[in-house]
Amino acid sequence: MPAHANRIDVGDLNVYYGSFKAVEDVSMVIEPGSVTAFIGPSGCGKSTFIRTLNRMHEVVPGARVEGKVLLDGEDLYGADVDPVVVRRQIGMVFQRPNPFPTMSIRDNVLAGIKLNGARIRRSESDEIVEQSLRGANLWTEVKDRLDKPGSGLSGGQQQRLCIARAIAVQPDVLLMDEPCSALDPISTLAIEDLISELKKNYTIVIVTHNMQQASRVSDRTAFFNIEGTGKPGRLVEMDDTAKIFTNPSVQATEDYVSGRFG
Amino acid sequence: MTTDAVPATATGTLTHRRLPRYAPAVTLALSAAVGAGLSAAVGFSVPAFVVGALLAYMATITIAAGVVEGRRKAVDRLVTSLVYAAFGIALVPLTSVVWSVLANGLPRFGAEFLTTSLRNVTGLHDQQAAEGLAPYIGGAYHAVLGTFLITALATLISVPVGLLASIYLVEYGRGRLARAITFFVDVMTGIPSIVAGLFAAALFGVLFGVGTRNGFAGAVALSVLMIPVVVRSSEEMLRIVPNELREAAYALGIPKWRAVVRVVLPTAISGIASGITLAIARVVGETAPLIVTAGFTSSINNNPFADWMMSLPAYVYSQAMRPLSGSTPEPSLDRAWAAALTLVIIVMALNLVARLVARLFAPKNSR
Repeated sequence: MPAHANRIDVGDLNVYYGSFKAVEDVSMVIEPGSVTAFIGPSGCGKSTFIRTLNRMHEVVPGARVEGKVLLDGEDLYGADVDPVVVRRQIGMVFQRPNPFPTMSIRDNVLAGIKLNGARIRRSESDEIVEQSLRGANLWTEVKDRLDKPGSGLSGGQQQRLCIARAIAVQPDVLLMDEPCSALDPISTLAIEDLISELKKNYTIVIVTHNMQQASRVSDRTAFFNIEGTGKPGRLVEMDDTAKIFTNPSVQATEDYVSGRFG
Repeated sequence: MTTDAVPATATGTLTHRRLPRYAPAVTLALSAAVGAGLSAAVGFSVPAFVVGALLAYMATITIAAGVVEGRRKAVDRLVTSLVYAAFGIALVPLTSVVWSVLANGLPRFGAEFLTTSLRNVTGLHDQQAAEGLAPYIGGAYHAVLGTFLITALATLISVPVGLLASIYLVEYGRGRLARAITFFVDVMTGIPSIVAGLFAAALFGVLFGVGTRNGFAGAVALSVLMIPVVVRSSEEMLRIVPNELREAAYALGIPKWRAVVRVVLPTAISGIASGITLAIARVVGETAPLIVTAGFTSSINNNPFADWMMSLPAYVYSQAMRPLSGSTPEPSLDRAWAAALTLVIIVMALNLVARLVARLFAPKNSR
């Protein structure tokens, strides 16, 4: 268990893009130190929803939410909450690896610290780089070329570099939006192993299209569905992963996880 | 012999007859001869020769290919020759400009031309020089200096304004204001340069009295022309920075302005820098706006905020249109050509610098 719990409570959350309601009425609890997987067909709002957990949806013009997201009881959408501060505590890894092309591997890892204007000593930054890269299982592969550009790595390595970059700022929660969908099976396995490691220190939420992946890495699974085009996505059910995949309480979940639709 | 040996090559549906590899070269040589003959018949001239040879070549190669290779190949040969001909025609103005500027400009061009001004050089000197009694004197140092100062000032004004405007448009601008800015930038791109010059002249007339002319007024006129170019090129470059990089920065808890300064700008800087260099190259040869704002002089003026200031385009114009000596204009025309050569060299150097800058700042990719 980490020093302080990082429990996320979501209450009656609606997400809109302009006048279009993308996600409707989601309530859930994400336990600290657990891995929670979001599954569901494309367009059901799970990526939209995960972005509301660190206010990344605000990057899209016209996107807004109604409802509450509480991190340890504190509302992320409170009046005086700065989204920048929220994102420092709730990091995110994206679908496509996106290291900064102008920076070396080392600078990529330190980006969150350096770009926030913090001045750190060389020894301290060396330590952060090594810790973060070790944490992302990338240290042994890149330790001899830390000053080479990050874009020279393979896709799987780039994604692990992005994870290292995300954990270098020491967030409490790590959101992963389909982190393996652009990777080959071997890199995927490396990332999955990494997720099991990371959950010792972080609360992890992962969106995935790969149901084997959800069952391998997660403790809890949430199934999202959409009734039809133009309708908002909804949370159908959320339960322990084992239960969702063996004995779900809703028929639609069973149909989805058994591959009968979607 | 084993059963998996490669079978002997068969001639079948995959092969067909082809013109020999040397056919285009031979046809071209023959067509040149035909073209020479045709043009001699109507009185020889280079254009007639080229057109005749070209037509002869196209007809021959197309018919030959049609007979030997078939319809598709014939069309291919015809279009290929058309494309090459168009390319050649497009090169004609460029090469002839460079050629005439070099041929006419080189006699007077040199260190002496670049380091002396026209102060106290009169028509009398030109007449004596033309008669061989005295050396040719009088250079364009004051004009080179003026062009440098005016363009540098214009760049100093345009780059911050243009770059910040493009950052606003790409990163912050939403809705009506951004659309209005885009619209007016487009309108500004089309402003005739003389209008920009008159605008600056009128502005300085209102502010500092009618008839105020100095290098700074010229710089203002040039920046009216330069800002839209900088906005446009920087905007394009900022827009092609992938959104994923911005999101990656935001997800690290980096404030938006830092993400723009430390992630977006460095990623786009090579394109922005070369765009700026090309914008400089675009305005460095502007004549009309400088004539009405900076004026003419034959003396060195290194203060752009006071007194008239010469620039290279204005120098070319005045030497060509108002020679120092009315009776022997040739020395003045030579000076105009030498100044034009200087200008062409500056523009070419700027274009090379733009490429160099783009390569130097480009994100390094080891793959």
